[in-house]
Amino acid sequence: MIEVQHLTKRYGQHVALDAVSFSVGRGEVVGFLGPNGAGKSTTMRILTTFMAATSGTVRVGGNCVFENPMRVRKRLGYMPENNPLPPDLRVGDYLRFRARLKSLANGEGAKRVDVVIGQCGIVDVAGRFIGQLSRGYRQRVGMADALLAKPELIVLDEPTAGLDPNQVRSVRKLIRGLAGDHTVLISSHILSEIEMTCDRAVILHQGRLLASGALDVLMAKADTAVVSEVRAPLSDVKAWGEKLALGQVECVEQLDGYVRCRFANATSADAREKIFGSAQERGWLLRELTRQAPSLEDLFVNLTRGKEDGK
Amino acid sequence: MSVFRTLVRRELSAFFQGPTGFIIIAAVLFLIGLGFVVVLTGLNGHATPMPVTQVFYGTYFFWLILLLIAPIITMRSFAMERASGTYESLMTAPVGDWEVVLSKFTGALVFYAILWVPLLVCSLVVRLYVGESAVLGPGPMFTSALGVLLVGCLYMSLGCFASALTRNQAVAAVSSFAMGAALFFTGFFSYFTGDRSDWISQLARHVSLANHMESFSRGVIDLEATVFFISLTALFLYFTHKVVESRRWK
Repeated sequence: MIEVQHLTKRYGQHVALDAVSFSVGRGEVVGFLGPNGAGKSTTMRILTTFMAATSGTVRVGGNCVFENPMRVRKRLGYMPENNPLPPDLRVGDYLRFRARLKSLANGEGAKRVDVVIGQCGIVDVAGRFIGQLSRGYRQRVGMADALLAKPELIVLDEPTAGLDPNQVRSVRKLIRGLAGDHTVLISSHILSEIEMTCDRAVILHQGRLLASGALDVLMAKADTAVVSEVRAPLSDVKAWGEKLALGQVECVEQLDGYVRCRFANATSADAREKIFGSAQERGWLLRELTRQAPSLEDLFVNLTRGKEDGK
Repeated sequence: MSVFRTLVRRELSAFFQGPTGFIIIAAVLFLIGLGFVVVLTGLNGHATPMPVTQVFYGTYFFWLILLLIAPIITMRSFAMERASGTYESLMTAPVGDWEVVLSKFTGALVFYAILWVPLLVCSLVVRLYVGESAVLGPGPMFTSALGVLLVGCLYMSLGCFASALTRNQAVAAVSSFAMGAALFFTGFFSYFTGDRSDWISQLARHVSLANHMESFSRGVIDLEATVFFISLTALFLYFTHKVVESRRWK
């Protein structure tokens, strides 16, 4: 669906994107991940034909975004960063206006407007001015607009920014519901966000591609941490932790005589067995032994650290 | 075509969704009324060989209103969409650059035309009382309206161009005012240069909006003036299109 090759964007001296290549298949939900200023929005603006790239090619559904922008726009539903909407229009009027812009025939347009209003849960604010809506509702109006023309590709720039946890959950559910019928590209600097909504991630850092691929494959590269709590004096536990040789270990004494140890990269499969066995040998009480699921955060930290060390 | 109509309707509705459009109309109505009263009082009891339309366009009222109001009508067209970010959702919808430029121009022009409707009513009232159709004949009325519209085309296109250059509405208004006023004042050189035939005075005569407008108000469709207005309008619309297009330059 999307083919990006050697995409570069320069603003004067500043390099916003540096030879980024990735591809997205039909029906996938892909997350664009990176800190602020990583080039997520720039990539999205180029993908959606708003801006031209300095060099490189981008194809959406086989159409070059530079040579055939109209064909790309017809297949596209886009919610830009900060979800800009005209405050002086009512929700229903705005969506009808957008439906006409997207060349939906009158009858079909009205039908689609009703469908997306229901889908995005904005039925009860359809008659209100957009300027009077809360941020959560406005976000849903933006998403309703993106869904309006049943586009093959939906691009949402930070769809959950500024929402409260309940709103985040409902937006996330909405995005998950789009998978399969639509190709969805969302961006976020919140790592758990991408983890919960996407099958694949594209990770950007300072305009460069750090990694891209299926989330579970990417996750396998992340360090696995194991946490255990044993009842023993702190110094003994520290020595024990070093001796186990499961990588870096942090020990913190708890108030009730237990010591909490975190083995930061206990990647080997039998790490927990080892910890349990040796604690038992010493006759220490063990009340917790947990493998912490690797988060994208760990992965991200690892990937960026790797790059910085390499410099 | 329906996309173009949708965009024009949106442009016009933007004026009337809030107080902006009504405030502009009220201000213009006040100035037109004032201008008309002054012109009529000045004429009171005196005979004039000129059509009343010519008297009105010869005074500064018309030009003052035009120079002040045109930047205010057009300042929001591009600048506001850029500032609020809606420009991005507009330009990623399946809408061509020309459609956007022409719809913004047309929306501004239609609003501008609405502004002058009260002037037409004023003229009709005068005609009712005077009872002589020669004073305000349909000929001068029609050509004056055409002239007002042509001057409007030029100033709306110039304003759209200024608005497309910036995301700040105040900057858009000031720069289009400066360009519009410069264009207007350039024409005044022809008063100083008189009938001299060097290139400066010739240019001043060609650019003189007041001169062009005078022929229209006399009931003459001046071909030179028509071509002047239409070609300058086209030029500024072309510039506007280039500015809109420039975001996609590499």
